[in-house]
Amino acid sequence: MARITLSNLAHSYLATPASPADYALRTMDHVWDDGGAYALLGPSGCGKTTLLNLISGLLHPSEGRILFGDRDVTDAPTAARNIAQVFQFPVVYDTMTVRQNLAFPLKNRGADPAYIKTRVEAIAAMIGMGDRLDTKARGLTADAKQKISLGRGMVREDVNAILFDEPLTVIDPHMKWELRTQLKALHQQFRHTMIYVTHDQTEALTFADKVVVMYDGAVVQMGTPAELFERPAHTFVGYFIGSPGMNLLAAHVDGAVATVEGVQLPLGAGYSGLKGKIEIGIRPEFVRLSADGTGLPVKLRRVEDVGRHRILRADFFGREINAVLEEGAEVPADANRLSFDPARINVYADDWLVVAGGAP
Amino acid sequence: MDKPLNNKAWFMVLPVLLLVAFSAVVPLMTVVNYSVQDTFGNNEFFWNGIGWFEEVLASDRIRAALGRQVLFSAIILAIEVPLGILVALSMPKKGFWASVCLVLMALPLLIPWNVVGTIWQVFGRVDIGLLGHTLAALGIDYNYTQNAVHAWITVIVMDVWHWTSLVALLAYAGLQSIPDAYYQAAKIDQASRGSVFRYIELPKMQGVLLIAILLRFMDSFMIYTEPFVVTGGGPGNSTTFLSIDLVKQAIGQFDLGPAAAFSLIYFMVILLICWVFFTVMTNLDKRDGV
Repeated sequence: MARITLSNLAHSYLATPASPADYALRTMDHVWDDGGAYALLGPSGCGKTTLLNLISGLLHPSEGRILFGDRDVTDAPTAARNIAQVFQFPVVYDTMTVRQNLAFPLKNRGADPAYIKTRVEAIAAMIGMGDRLDTKARGLTADAKQKISLGRGMVREDVNAILFDEPLTVIDPHMKWELRTQLKALHQQFRHTMIYVTHDQTEALTFADKVVVMYDGAVVQMGTPAELFERPAHTFVGYFIGSPGMNLLAAHVDGAVATVEGVQLPLGAGYSGLKGKIEIGIRPEFVRLSADGTGLPVKLRRVEDVGRHRILRADFFGREINAVLEEGAEVPADANRLSFDPARINVYADDWLVVAGGAP
Repeated sequence: MDKPLNNKAWFMVLPVLLLVAFSAVVPLMTVVNYSVQDTFGNNEFFWNGIGWFEEVLASDRIRAALGRQVLFSAIILAIEVPLGILVALSMPKKGFWASVCLVLMALPLLIPWNVVGTIWQVFGRVDIGLLGHTLAALGIDYNYTQNAVHAWITVIVMDVWHWTSLVALLAYAGLQSIPDAYYQAAKIDQASRGSVFRYIELPKMQGVLLIAILLRFMDSFMIYTEPFVVTGGGPGNSTTFLSIDLVKQAIGQFDLGPAAAFSLIYFMVILLICWVFFTVMTNLDKRDGV
């Protein structure tokens, strides 16, 4: 177990990358704490898998160093890093039984047979395959195979980190929830550093202490679920986290007042010296119907009832603004104004969050 | 909706039946016909029952040829299958050199049998052949026309040269179909190179290897042209394989009855061994499974 430090790390799949666009992973500096549960969240193709493969040593970075604790492992092969990794699609050794599959990583490290036996049985019980230990892996269903892959990832106790690359894609929803809970329990029990790649925000937010949002080859924010929700550091985080995502409106900001399409909105704090493309962002959870005729003039398009709350979709000069209302909240037919909670409005310059009081 | 039932539709199959009859059944029946009859000439035949079959099965000459044939096929499989896998494993996976390798590997397969025979016949000659002359110059007394062991070595090396490519190409296709994730998982699990081969590559190649083994067995068991051109079955009878012996009997001696019985037994032996190979290989993992 160790702290993982990424220092000036960057990777390109091209031999001679010329422009930033050639990089699958842009230069990054991050420290992943020992024993943390991280979720790596982002759209397909943003470099999540590349980052995992760099950490596990399946790829060698084009630039930068990787440190486990104080040890530089940039040039160390995968075997020397002692990392466990579970892939998106099930990888099992067809000719082996379930037991042999689970024992394989331990056997390769020369563990004691008695220890292997107890450890394999414990893991098998955990993934719910205790009664099928001696069946051949070849004939199993895809989700059973993936459970074996997960089990093989968790069977070693002394690993530096366990990396999960969208491991639950092929598992059915009920089992997904159960396995995720078990992963979480495992994390609390053994305190392995776990990095969990996913593009499903629910999965990320329930699994992780810290969520790392990646976009276009770069980490745009690393924070707790609450931080990602309240203070998205980048408009992409606002858009990607939350359902529906954050409302973004082009605005002119002067002091503590934002002007949107000629309408003035109070802000929670003052800003000055802003340059570039200025936008304000507000979570739909903090948008309210206003009764007193103030706020943004909108046309209500529809109301969606999604169970515990209702989503109001409104049209503002051709742009959509969403509001999340409480279940059973009244929506008058003639409602045509929305107001924002000033303290919850974030200001973005060129897609990056501006700290109140000055330029970024 | 019920399917319309019309038994007259069977007449549509007649042309195919006719074709198959002329291409396979009629010639085969001719052979069956000869195998149970005897003649003293003048196109007069009389019934001989299973007499020819008994004679063939008891014949020392044919038993010896069968022994040589089994040995030959066994050696061919024992060399070409592992060698083909080894070649496939060392071929580049993609890029320019992969294409170059594929073309080079395919070349021997494109050469007709009698040409291969002729090439090696000349290649091995001590007076003008590159191989024979070089060996002679090195002081090795190599002569495939007089030494049975040399004749065998020549025929085997020739077959390995001609057909290992087939096994290699099939194995290569099998290897190419293995997703990268398997190799990555093996690295993560700290598997040795041997384990990767034993637990990933070999199981994934099983299907194509079955085809390769069956093809190489059938071809080597029926080999005729190449040894006929190179050694003519000699020296003595040392490289007289089953089909060479069969042709000698049928066309050389015109013993149609025994030759017909011989071909039918030959056919049954091939069928039987192929069936054994197939059954054993498809059941391999089921057996040590549970």
